[in-house]
Amino acid sequence: MTRRLFHVLLACLALTVVACGGTSDSSSGGGGSLSLVAYSTPKEAYEEIIPAFAKTPEGEGTRVKQSYGNSGDQAKAVIAGLPADVVALSLQPDIQKLVDEKLVAPDWNKTPTDGFVTNSVVVLAVRKGNPKNITSWDELVKPGVEVVTPNPFTSGGARWNVMAAYGAQIEQGKTPAQAQAYLQELFKHVPVQDKSARESLQTFTSGKGDVLISYENEAITAQQKGEDVDYVIPDQTILIQNPIAVTEDAKNAKTAQAFVDYAVSEPAQKIFVSKGYRSVIPELNDPKEYPEPSGLFTIEKLGGWDKVMQEFFDPEDSVMQKIQESNGVSTG
Amino acid sequence: MRADQSRATRLTLRTIALLYLGLLVAVPVGMVFYNAFSDGLAAAWASVTTPEAQHAFWLTIVMVAIAVPLNTIFGITAALSLVRGRWRGKTIVSALIDVPFAVSPVVVGLALILVYGRQGWFGGWLTEHGIQVIFSVPGMVIATIFVSLPFVVREVVPVLREIGTEQEQAALTLGASPAQVFWRITLPAIRWGVAYGVILTTARALGEYGAVAVVSGKIVGETQTLTLHVEEQFQQFDLTGAYAASVVLALIAVFVILSMNLLDRRKEKS
Amino acid sequence: MASAPASDVALPRARRWGLVSARPAIAGALATAYLSLVVLIPIAAVLAESMTDGWAGFWKAISAPQAIAAVKFTVIVSAIVVAINVVTGTLIAWVLVRDDFPGKRTVNALIDLPFALPTIVAGLTLLALYGPKGPAPVDIGFTKVGVAAALLFVTLPFVVRSVQPVLMELDREMEEAAQSLGAGGFRVFRSIILPTLLPAIASGAGLGFARALGEFGSVVLISGNIPFKTEVASVFLFGQIESNNTRGAAAVSVVLLVLSFVLLLAVSWVGTRAERHAR
Repeated sequence: MTRRLFHVLLACLALTVVACGGTSDSSSGGGGSLSLVAYSTPKEAYEEIIPAFAKTPEGEGTRVKQSYGNSGDQAKAVIAGLPADVVALSLQPDIQKLVDEKLVAPDWNKTPTDGFVTNSVVVLAVRKGNPKNITSWDELVKPGVEVVTPNPFTSGGARWNVMAAYGAQIEQGKTPAQAQAYLQELFKHVPVQDKSARESLQTFTSGKGDVLISYENEAITAQQKGEDVDYVIPDQTILIQNPIAVTEDAKNAKTAQAFVDYAVSEPAQKIFVSKGYRSVIPELNDPKEYPEPSGLFTIEKLGGWDKVMQEFFDPEDSVMQKIQESNGVSTG
Repeated sequence: MRADQSRATRLTLRTIALLYLGLLVAVPVGMVFYNAFSDGLAAAWASVTTPEAQHAFWLTIVMVAIAVPLNTIFGITAALSLVRGRWRGKTIVSALIDVPFAVSPVVVGLALILVYGRQGWFGGWLTEHGIQVIFSVPGMVIATIFVSLPFVVREVVPVLREIGTEQEQAALTLGASPAQVFWRITLPAIRWGVAYGVILTTARALGEYGAVAVVSGKIVGETQTLTLHVEEQFQQFDLTGAYAASVVLALIAVFVILSMNLLDRRKEKS
Repeated sequence: MASAPASDVALPRARRWGLVSARPAIAGALATAYLSLVVLIPIAAVLAESMTDGWAGFWKAISAPQAIAAVKFTVIVSAIVVAINVVTGTLIAWVLVRDDFPGKRTVNALIDLPFALPTIVAGLTLLALYGPKGPAPVDIGFTKVGVAAALLFVTLPFVVRSVQPVLMELDREMEEAAQSLGAGGFRVFRSIILPTLLPAIASGAGLGFARALGEFGSVVLISGNIPFKTEVASVFLFGQIESNNTRGAAAVSVVLLVLSFVLLLAVSWVGTRAERHAR
């Protein structure tokens, strides 16, 4: 009886191995296949863009294998061997990692849109009706205000939030030292540092905190999904720019390039706009829906990502690491 | 008088155990079911029958069907040699078997990439021979085996110690071959240990996220297990889909436990 | 061994070795090989990674205040969780084996669900039930208690499932004899049942502790990840990896590994001793 069971188990094992072999064969077959490795937020947009691309002459009948995940993880996966023809990530340093590994050409950003496919801005999401009357960065550090933002060391996207808060102070004429002091004060008001932006939103909608530092497109998506959130665009905020690039070892380089070109073309950009992104084509952004704040700045104004990553986000010695440490030691 | 007292103790213990389980497990699991069906049965059914979800379901079954038998065979073998054998380094190997639990799933993924990834120890050789381990099913299977490895060993070892060797010795004296002794005496005696080991291995293999996620590459409709699918649905604001897929996972686990009970009943009959 | 059963003498020499020693040794070699391929080589890779900058880099990574705080918190909370598990786990196993009540099978099937449910769902539901907006009269969201609750959830099956099979195989004659001689229920439990269960409890507790040290998914949502307060080691590790400090992450995981390895070694030693004792 037991022996028979053992044989059955063995047979099952053999079958599954065969089945596996079968699956991987069928997936590698088929002409005009493309691998897209992207960060998670634009999944819904790509799910509409891909079928539309497959109807264009350049992309006719293309099958797109898609992988979505945390931007930093996706970059690391590609470095470790995840097949990718097109990479669409949340911030430029993640593409830079691929450039350093010679997986993306160094001139990837020499395009009409500087290598970017979508824009957004950092906003302050608040409870329905804005009960705490939040209108600017200054109100976040008032007594009794709880702010939710992801941990900038676990979430690449949260680095936009930190740089928006910091840059807004500079924009208001503060010195770098004063702006850093603001960051330190701000993080004293953060009772929860989730590992990702999506989890922070979950924390916020589950009732924690008064303000969620978020991206405009995330806040709009949350509203579209029926979550009870409003959002405020502060006068000074950062322009989020999400890069897209073709990889060096793309199996299907021509189609990959065509896909990237399509993604920045008008039809695809309209889809992005419908999902809450700001388009890289300025005319597509309805100023009523997507007003441009007076003090909008880019990361370049703060010295660019290379400098900022070193100065603020080095896990062993940086501004944010020191802030976390001194806040933790004084209150912990 | 004594009977009353022991009855009272029994009832108290039962109440405490059930209350604890209720608050810690039953209520949260109940809530998963409630959330899955809060938009109606049809919505839940629709969300677990999308092509993506179906593929994830079958991939999950495949992973379990490979990892569980391998770990069971390994587990019984290792347990026998740890309890019955006298060899050098036994204590160390015994402790090493548990190490997979102590490694954070995040680090398991990192470790596998360090070994099998493009720049890993075996990466060059694997690439040359066109073998894709990481970011495909084999890598995910290795990760699953890694995180569920110790259960069978750990379940069987205490039972083996408890039953002793007298019966086996007797059978050997009566002329039974070692194989016969194993199938007729040892295995039936440790069957509950093996059964619970298999149950735990299966449950863990079903639910693992961290390690599998890192090595899967998360390719939609290709390398997503149900657990990865749940995370993906959560990311996409589809909570019904996430909870419904979790219900499927819970049902698979319950099914395994029930089939173990069935096996035992049949055995008692025969 | 002096304590070898007398029946050994009656066995042909080769066959006796066949059962007691040679086969298990070969089996042990095979098992070790499997273990090496799946577990040891990858762990060796982590070890190598942690040493890429030599001892200085290793030391710098593990002596960072945030790392120390995270590891300390994780070890303490894991120890508390395991202590609770030892009591409740043994109790639940006892109720499931020795007691009888309607719905026992259902309760038995419930035990393993914490493993089968994706950890993120565990975190989500615990937060929804016992968090700020939950129906329960407590709010343990983003607190140390919340972390402990999540760990209790994911480590529940360990002690229960290791004690259960031993209890099932346990001879009841001794207990009945003790009872007929007038020993009370608690005394029977303490002096007869507990010593037999001890290796199983230790083994379950060891596994539970190890899992608690490494747990990530269920904790990450409910803990709030505040450095120096509720940030557990695995979340800290995750942050290091995400911030491209793989070496630092590897170093801290080596420390965690050594910690749990030492503990598991102790458990395994207790087990071997109990085994010798029994012979």
